[in-house]
Amino acid sequence: MRDASPAKAYALHIAVVALLFVLNFVLPDYHQGLFARIMALAVFAMGYNLLFGYVGLLSLGHAMFFSAGLYGAGLTVYHLGWGVPEAFVAGVACGALLALVIGLLALRTSGVAFMIGTMMFAQVFYLLILYFAAWTGGDQGLVIQQASRVVTVGGDALDLTDPTVRYMSALALFAVVLLITLALVRSRFGRVLVAIRENEERTKMLGYDTGANKLAAVVASGAVCAASGAAYALLFGYVGSSFASVQYSILPLLWVLLGGAATTLGPLIGTLFMYYVTDITSGFTSAYLLIVGVALILLVLFFPKGVLGSIRQRWLGWLP
Amino acid sequence: MADKNGFFDLSKTTLSRRTALKGMAAGAGLALAPGFVRYSQAQSSAPIKIGFQSHRTGIGAAYGRWYERTSAAAVKAINDAGGISGRPVELVIEDDGTDPARGAEVVAKFAKQHKTDIVFGTLFSHVVIGSAPAAGENKIPYFVVSEGHHVASTKLNRYVFQPGITDVKSQIQAMAPWIAANAGKKVTQIFPDFAFGYDHRDYLPPALKAQGADVIAQIAIPPTESSFTKYFPQIPAETEVIYHVMVGPAVLTFVKELGEFYGSQRPQLFGFIDSLEAVDINSPGLEFLDGSHFWEGSPRYAQPDDSAAQKAYRAAVGIDDNGAAVGDPKDVSTAAHMFGCWETLYVVKKAMEDAGYKGPEDRAKLVEATEALKEFAEGPEHPQGPKTFNGKIHQCFGIQNISKVEGGKLKVVHKTKIEDGLYEPEGDYTTQAL
Repeated sequence: MRDASPAKAYALHIAVVALLFVLNFVLPDYHQGLFARIMALAVFAMGYNLLFGYVGLLSLGHAMFFSAGLYGAGLTVYHLGWGVPEAFVAGVACGALLALVIGLLALRTSGVAFMIGTMMFAQVFYLLILYFAAWTGGDQGLVIQQASRVVTVGGDALDLTDPTVRYMSALALFAVVLLITLALVRSRFGRVLVAIRENEERTKMLGYDTGANKLAAVVASGAVCAASGAAYALLFGYVGSSFASVQYSILPLLWVLLGGAATTLGPLIGTLFMYYVTDITSGFTSAYLLIVGVALILLVLFFPKGVLGSIRQRWLGWLP
Repeated sequence: MADKNGFFDLSKTTLSRRTALKGMAAGAGLALAPGFVRYSQAQSSAPIKIGFQSHRTGIGAAYGRWYERTSAAAVKAINDAGGISGRPVELVIEDDGTDPARGAEVVAKFAKQHKTDIVFGTLFSHVVIGSAPAAGENKIPYFVVSEGHHVASTKLNRYVFQPGITDVKSQIQAMAPWIAANAGKKVTQIFPDFAFGYDHRDYLPPALKAQGADVIAQIAIPPTESSFTKYFPQIPAETEVIYHVMVGPAVLTFVKELGEFYGSQRPQLFGFIDSLEAVDINSPGLEFLDGSHFWEGSPRYAQPDDSAAQKAYRAAVGIDDNGAAVGDPKDVSTAAHMFGCWETLYVVKKAMEDAGYKGPEDRAKLVEATEALKEFAEGPEHPQGPKTFNGKIHQCFGIQNISKVEGGKLKVVHKTKIEDGLYEPEGDYTTQAL
């Protein structure tokens, strides 16, 4: 952010989106599917990054926002027979609303208390999913049938289970969220968030309402994570409580740390890296999580600010 | 034919050693060329690749280990006997971490990267349900060994089958008459407060009601609980049978605390061996279970009346008379479930041979051929016992064992009949498009 060159930054982001677009046509079948999943989950990481990277609020409960989107979309399709666009909006709305409520409560705390508070709320959310198993399918979850995952656009039916349609849908969501994030962090609001991260007291003294800005960041973060969850349910057809477990609160943290906190493209890099390390190493050993752990330690040692964070620090200061 | 140059005069043709060697080298080169090998083997002996979705890590790891051993033994037996349609069978194993999201990725990996013919072997219900959409979308037959009712519920899709193990709804229904007649008519259920427990919560009361018995209390225990004493006062005093299906590491504490609560005066106990799969029944703290009864899909301990097929199966898989790994008495098997892997692979063999299966282009034919199966006779391919198969709901139905803990062993005291576990189908997969 030292060199605020918007053209360069936007060109880079558009190039990344263009590259992902081209990859749809050159990737082998399996990797095309994996990339679709990675892009959908990178959105989750981007949502997390908004709060963790830019505001400096470490949440251990973001699985609840992802799951709010997942269930908000999944249950409206499963029980109410809603169409894909309505279900997606419902998912995002659920996440935003939940984030508003959680934000109002959890932002009374900060630091470690905020971390523990969000984790506890997420645990409540997880147990509620199990408690209302008659509707949510509990720990087994629910399958969204293929027939329900079709969008009609101008008379044409787009089947979200088709590999290309799925890839392009995930890319569209990723691209929109990426560009919104970029615009957001370069905006006045984004700079206030960074100011809060760097010194909340000073920001307050400068006349900014830090509470309102933090709440807005929590809601924006929750809504983006919910968009990822809603897309995941609709693109991949499964809604289950494991996505609300603590593991899915820690994963976005790892993805963001790996890729680079407070970098717009870091979440994609982190998600991509973790997915491929897991996918490749699990083919050789059942101790693949050990390898993932070693890889993480090495990254922390040599790229303490994550891949893109370190690159920005050492070479490309203009990276957003 | 003859001309001046002798080009077409076969009588003048001589084959020099150099020419012969060149020809042989060219022939060998052609035969070894990747494309040629693929073509020739596809026609004759290319292996049938079975993607094994294994719980190598995560909560299902103990099951996964034994599922792999059983499947490897079945594949060896099938290959020793000539394979499937004369083609060898090869297992391609991927770990799903007992996680539904990873499970779906693994199914896609089998279909698109490993290009296996089918996917097979999943146990945990949430992984099956999470992976089922991927199987349907990739149109790859998915043979699970899960015991859950999810396949038979017809909520999944046409590519998912469970032909090697009876589902839990049928198991409960089949055992209810014995419980009502032999254990008692006033039953209190204690079950984990998640889906595995809910199957028992929902299916046992009507099954007992039909036998003139009643569930008088249902006690759901949160999965996070590690101490159970505070729940026991909820057990009504008139309880004649405690029906327990606790699972996970806390089960030893559960039994120990139940023993401390009741002392020597306890109601009858009836449980699902799922609680103690891969756990030594003689572990300290489990003495309280002596004299109690358990459901077993296939008996853990060798029984005096074991069939020759059962004995051969146990020897092939490598379990001793106590149901532990041969040479390692502490490595207790998951005998009540893992037979399903063996039997499912033989169902796959039968269906592939019936379908004239040649490769992934015949997957739809394989689905239809599997749906056309009706029954499996007891024998080396189905050592657990005879089964019927309902092609509309993709589910098999077999006999169940009720075993009593006696002298530190499980002794089979009752075998149910197949018809005891039959119920009205809840749907019909065959109406779905392939």
